[in-house]
Amino acid sequence: MEAVSLADWFKEVANWAFMVIAFPTLFAAWRTVSSNNIVRAVLYLVISLAGTAAMFLMLGAAFVAWTVVLVYIGAVIILFLIGIMITRAPLGVDSDLSHGRDVMLPAALLSIVLFAVTAWAVWDAFGMIMIQPFEPTSTADLANVLFDRFVIPFEVVSFVLLAALIGGITLARRDNTGAKR
Amino acid sequence: MSFLLELGIKVILMLAVVLTAALVTIYAELKAGSHMQTRIGPYYAGGKWGWAQPLADGAKFIQKEDLAPAKADRTVFGFAPYVVMMSTLAVFAVIPMGPDIVATNLDLGVYFILAISSLSVLGVLMAGWSSANKYSLIGGLRAAAQLIAYELPLVLAVVAVVVQAGTMSMNGIVEAQQATLFTIGGVEVALPYILSGQIIGFTIFMIAAVAELSRIPFDMPIAESELTMGYLTEYSGIRFTMFFLGEYASLVALSAIATTLYLGGYAVPFLPESMENFAGPGIFLIKVSFLVFLIIWIRWTWPRLREDQLQSMAWRWLIPLALFNIALISVFKVVL
Repeated sequence: MEAVSLADWFKEVANWAFMVIAFPTLFAAWRTVSSNNIVRAVLYLVISLAGTAAMFLMLGAAFVAWTVVLVYIGAVIILFLIGIMITRAPLGVDSDLSHGRDVMLPAALLSIVLFAVTAWAVWDAFGMIMIQPFEPTSTADLANVLFDRFVIPFEVVSFVLLAALIGGITLARRDNTGAKR
Repeated sequence: MSFLLELGIKVILMLAVVLTAALVTIYAELKAGSHMQTRIGPYYAGGKWGWAQPLADGAKFIQKEDLAPAKADRTVFGFAPYVVMMSTLAVFAVIPMGPDIVATNLDLGVYFILAISSLSVLGVLMAGWSSANKYSLIGGLRAAAQLIAYELPLVLAVVAVVVQAGTMSMNGIVEAQQATLFTIGGVEVALPYILSGQIIGFTIFMIAAVAELSRIPFDMPIAESELTMGYLTEYSGIRFTMFFLGEYASLVALSAIATTLYLGGYAVPFLPESMENFAGPGIFLIKVSFLVFLIIWIRWTWPRLREDQLQSMAWRWLIPLALFNIALISVFKVVL
């Protein structure tokens, strides 16, 4: 593992592809929180999620990439949009969206700390080391690991979904205890 | 550079094939629909049988002014047709027309199709919201609710195929259908999945596919008598053309997926493997046009479902049936 200089880093085509994906992703992420229209904010979130999926594709993790597209963009975002449009989705500038300083400052502080921690973790682990080319993960390998070594965590995670389902039913259930209307 | 050249050739070829297929499908709908209503249909354009009618319609639409409502969100309004078109066209990247006649044989073929085609809902919601029109918004919401409801049985039906084939690659699924099922008097017989256990899955897939296309009997999102044209109300000119072409391209896309998953794709029983690259595209297109005709036939002969009937059919019948189908296929897969 040899270290690379910054000049060499810029010579690599893959790094340019990375930047072409990374900068729009960052811009869209920033617009998601700064946009003054709620539907537009969600649509910027779509762009930043698509950028994330593209990053996973670059890392050879095709299954994760298409899961991001299917689950996050295809399901979660769509439910966001339906929820917003069913209740209130004005066109143009929505002045209610911006919060005051008392909310903005802690939020900004939290995101800076989060960014610093992840950046430090990545830098500490890899630094300027060139990562050697590797085989993309095949779906079969991923499935074997998931349903063999990590089968218990996998099942435990499904309890979260079960809890969400029960919660949903409880909220949507007609209340039969009170007087009938 | 050769990579970019290859990519360019593939994209241009695919666009040519898909858009021609969409135009032919529009013509078939005009003609078949007319004959089912004892009319003649398009007759003059192009000289004979009105074959140039879709081209003439297209040329007319492109000449029209590209209007957007004054209060619309123009950026979102403009991008919506591209999102719908992109999600339809990307599907064709993994559909094989022969062992080697495929843009890219992805390891995750079916999963890619499900992921990328779920993006069309996003385009529909964008179109409905940005039009600044209540018909559009209600149409967009109805369309989204319907597409989500019918995406589940579609995905679950596909899962059963993936279980039976043991692969998610589209080429792999076609090859799995060529495996010998049984032998009669020394003749090895291989059957496509529709004849070897997936008849329930195929039925669910086709019902869900017609609903995904928002065609009669599932056309509540653009119910003309109550919503004008649903999320398409404010669209005109080239953007309307894109939605219109995209709709027929996705009709072809879903028929092509069903052909690959259930009808054996480019292969037919007893065709030698050496012939498949040569005869594959023809066989594939014949099967696809049969399914396209089936969907057109349904549109012109069935009454429309009510919104609550439509939702209850998806959630109370198709999804449980699809889950039962997965259990059945899994049991057979392990036992046999």
